Amino acid sequence: MTITSPSLNVSTIAAPPELQIVNMTKRFGSLVALDNVSLNLKPGTFHALLGENGAGKSTLVKCVMGFYRADQGEILIDGNPRAIASPRDAHHYGIGMVYQHFTSVPAMTVAENLVLSRYDSSTLINWKQEMEQLNDFMNSAPFQVPLNLPIAQLAAGQKQKLEILKQLYLKSKILILDEPTSVLTPGEADEVLGLIKEQVNAGLLSVLLITHKFREVTSFTEEVTVLRKGKLAGHGSVKELAIADMAEMMMGERREIKEVAKTPYANPQPVLQFEGIQANKDNGVEAVSGVSLTVHSGEIVGIAGVSGNGQKELVEVLAGQRSPTSGTVRVNGEPYQATRAEMFKHKVFALPEEPLRNACVPHMSVAENMALRTFDRAPQAKGILLIWKAIRQTAQGLIQQFSVKTPSTETPVGNLSGGNVQRTVLARELSEDHINLLIAANPCFGLDFAAVEFIHSQIVEARNRGVAVLLVSEDLDELLALSDRIVVISSGQFVYESAIAEADFGAIGRSMAGH
Amino acid sequence: MNWRRTLESICLPVGAILAGLVLFGIFCSLVGANPFGVFGSIWKAAFGSWSTFQNTLIRAAPLMLSSLCTALPARLGLVIIGNEGALVVGGLAAVSMGLAIGTSLPPVGVQALMAIAGMVAGGIWIGAAGALRHYRAVNETISSLLLNYIAIALLNHLVGGPMRDPNSLNKPSTAPLDAVNMLTNMPGTRVHWGLLFGLIACVLAYFLIQRTTFGFAARTAGGNIRAARIAGLPVGKLTIIVCALAGACAGLAGMVEVAAVQGAANESLNVGYGYGGILVAFAARHNPLGAVLVSLLVGGILASGGILQRSHNLPDATVLVFEGLVFLVVLYSDSLYGKLPFFKEKPVDASPPAVTPKSPSPV
Ligand SMILES: Nc1ncnc2c1ncn2[C@@H]1O[C@H](COP(=O)(O)OP(=O)(O)OP(=O)(O)O)[C@@H](O)[C@H]1O
Ligand SMILES: [Mg+2]
Repeated sequence: MTITSPSLNVSTIAAPPELQIVNMTKRFGSLVALDNVSLNLKPGTFHALLGENGAGKSTLVKCVMGFYRADQGEILIDGNPRAIASPRDAHHYGIGMVYQHFTSVPAMTVAENLVLSRYDSSTLINWKQEMEQLNDFMNSAPFQVPLNLPIAQLAAGQKQKLEILKQLYLKSKILILDEPTSVLTPGEADEVLGLIKEQVNAGLLSVLLITHKFREVTSFTEEVTVLRKGKLAGHGSVKELAIADMAEMMMGERREIKEVAKTPYANPQPVLQFEGIQANKDNGVEAVSGVSLTVHSGEIVGIAGVSGNGQKELVEVLAGQRSPTSGTVRVNGEPYQATRAEMFKHKVFALPEEPLRNACVPHMSVAENMALRTFDRAPQAKGILLIWKAIRQTAQGLIQQFSVKTPSTETPVGNLSGGNVQRTVLARELSEDHINLLIAANPCFGLDFAAVEFIHSQIVEARNRGVAVLLVSEDLDELLALSDRIVVISSGQFVYESAIAEADFGAIGRSMAGH
Repeated sequence: MNWRRTLESICLPVGAILAGLVLFGIFCSLVGANPFGVFGSIWKAAFGSWSTFQNTLIRAAPLMLSSLCTALPARLGLVIIGNEGALVVGGLAAVSMGLAIGTSLPPVGVQALMAIAGMVAGGIWIGAAGALRHYRAVNETISSLLLNYIAIALLNHLVGGPMRDPNSLNKPSTAPLDAVNMLTNMPGTRVHWGLLFGLIACVLAYFLIQRTTFGFAARTAGGNIRAARIAGLPVGKLTIIVCALAGACAGLAGMVEVAAVQGAANESLNVGYGYGGILVAFAARHNPLGAVLVSLLVGGILASGGILQRSHNLPDATVLVFEGLVFLVVLYSDSLYGKLPFFKEKPVDASPPAVTPKSPSPV
């Protein structure tokens, strides 16, 4: 990595300041989310922040950004204590953050979003001049996004690039990235992080990267800080630490990685059959153009593809969130419209992506969210009456079984950390004894490695019991490890299909790219 | 629930109403009345004695019913403000039913049919807003507001033309209901049985939302429609049923007004119980039991209109200024939940109980 990219702008040549977080404590009600945590981000370094789900990573950086007010602790910038009460203050000190979710306005263009993000925007915008400056900026930026496209037309990867560009455009010198790659394909992630790394090497940026992927830690970062249950668990140079050491710091114990072996299933029957499914995006443009597939019991069929090629809409159709414009779905040979009665009869479960948006009611409690599939039948209901005691007891059991970290069963699920929301949904969808069909979409986004391993083993175990699994994922490694059969979706059509034993990696890559 | 939270949900609305009082006091002194005198009069007229408190109760009854028209759909995430319209069509339907049957049935039977007619009419009225919302994505706030205008125009048309009683000279009305069919007062009071309807409806609504599977499904669909779909809940059906139930409550309020107070349908039907109901629902944070208490308060304010005119020379619409000020402050106070440090849970320095220290192991 000797090539340095062209400098962004004359004024960014100045080196980034040093950021020190000293003895920071943050409580949410009775929960201590951060307990005396310190971190030192040296100028021009790429620093990783690791920790299990709910360890307090997002909370720490939100305190730095002035989103939360820390209960104790100090922030030093170049050695001087600074009060940061809002993201605007953080911007003033050159600190910018890219969030776990997108923050751009969908109806506006890339250029408009960039100008809008500026804190000093005047009331009148001279568009001619702005566009010239934006073009210059884009030409010198490490990666490009078309300025005139509306955000709604960007793929997930491009949106995430834009979020990072926004920070560069704001001349942030300290970049905080909170799981920026969970929406990117591994290829895109490497590209984006690689280009940022060049900026860091050139001494233009310091980066604090929150991630669950050790691969990203070892290939891009120099230093690492690890949190465990809100406390500082360790800190060191990436070169001197093995992955096992970091994992041990995260978990507080050494763990054997257990893999559940796949066992052949004796009597495969077709469970999910769909034919000629067509569906539109929200804006009415066709997203799925006539796909057909059969998934058998005891089989995991993986659907690979670059995000935005129709897999999201296909999953929504199968999960009952979107009506297809044509085509038929059958489960166990019977027509299937995804009504509650049919879901119950055929034991269909779903792990959608972005669980907080797709599968939870944020302000309802963990117990209520866990009861979403079962609240209307015994023992959780008697006739039309809810039996709260049974609902709570079930939730307590699931919280134990799936290690959901929550202060209580009554906590609104929206207050949990990203990974624990995921576990809440997982507990609800995987706890049933007799699952017949499982539809999973990117079930491991944003989860720490222990949880990923946990979910993978749960899925494989379910398959060994005879569950039919449709697994949509943008993580090719995950698909290759779990699937029995792999299908590639591109522009709303299945363009490749093969048993996993005969799968040709090159051909998969080419068909994903649409060749 | 944590006691600080409970305290918060009591203190904030009460504080808001107090703040509304202060603002109203300022308003009174600006128009030249002594605010303390005005407050004293309002208190006396609303809660001062059993005899005046009964006036408050009479006004609280339709408010309770009408507030449910906003409070129930709010649990589904809908903002319905069609209370006035549903109340008016409910009153019209009840009168039509009462006049059509006349004395051919015993009074209890007539009253029951009038109540049903009012509820059906109100239910269809707001159910239509729900159906428009679900099938055609029409904004329910706007459609229910417009339905108010249609209902009031319909009322004016009917009492001014086809249903007009020729004997109603300066205030066009429908023919009066037979005296035997009127709702009577509860024994020993001047308060009609409508109050009981209101109380029962609020308790049932609370029970429906918090304790039944239907309420659970409605709250889920209201909280996140995508999650509701993934659980296979019939979102459209829920929307329409909840809206229809809400409209039925307001329609019943209309029936109570004609059958217990007015005796006929006329323009007195839309004197503000509909809009008052919206205020009650918001101040009670859409909790049906809270709506009972807030209805008493707002009923008291409405009951004191006359005395302000008589003893302070203020127009009787002054109480509407009061109502409006309280409404604004209540809406503002809604934004303060979770912001005031006093009501935040106090930290304890122990790790939360439900956390298992182990990492997940395959189960
Ligand atoms: N606004 C909030 N109110 C109450 N509790 C909160 C709030 N935000 C976070 N928490 C709690 O604080 C703890 C730390 O959460 P945080 O989001 O920082 O975790 P994280 O390390 O980012 O995890 P993940 O990898 O899952 O994103 C969690 O137990 C979470 O439930
Ligand atoms: Mg996080």
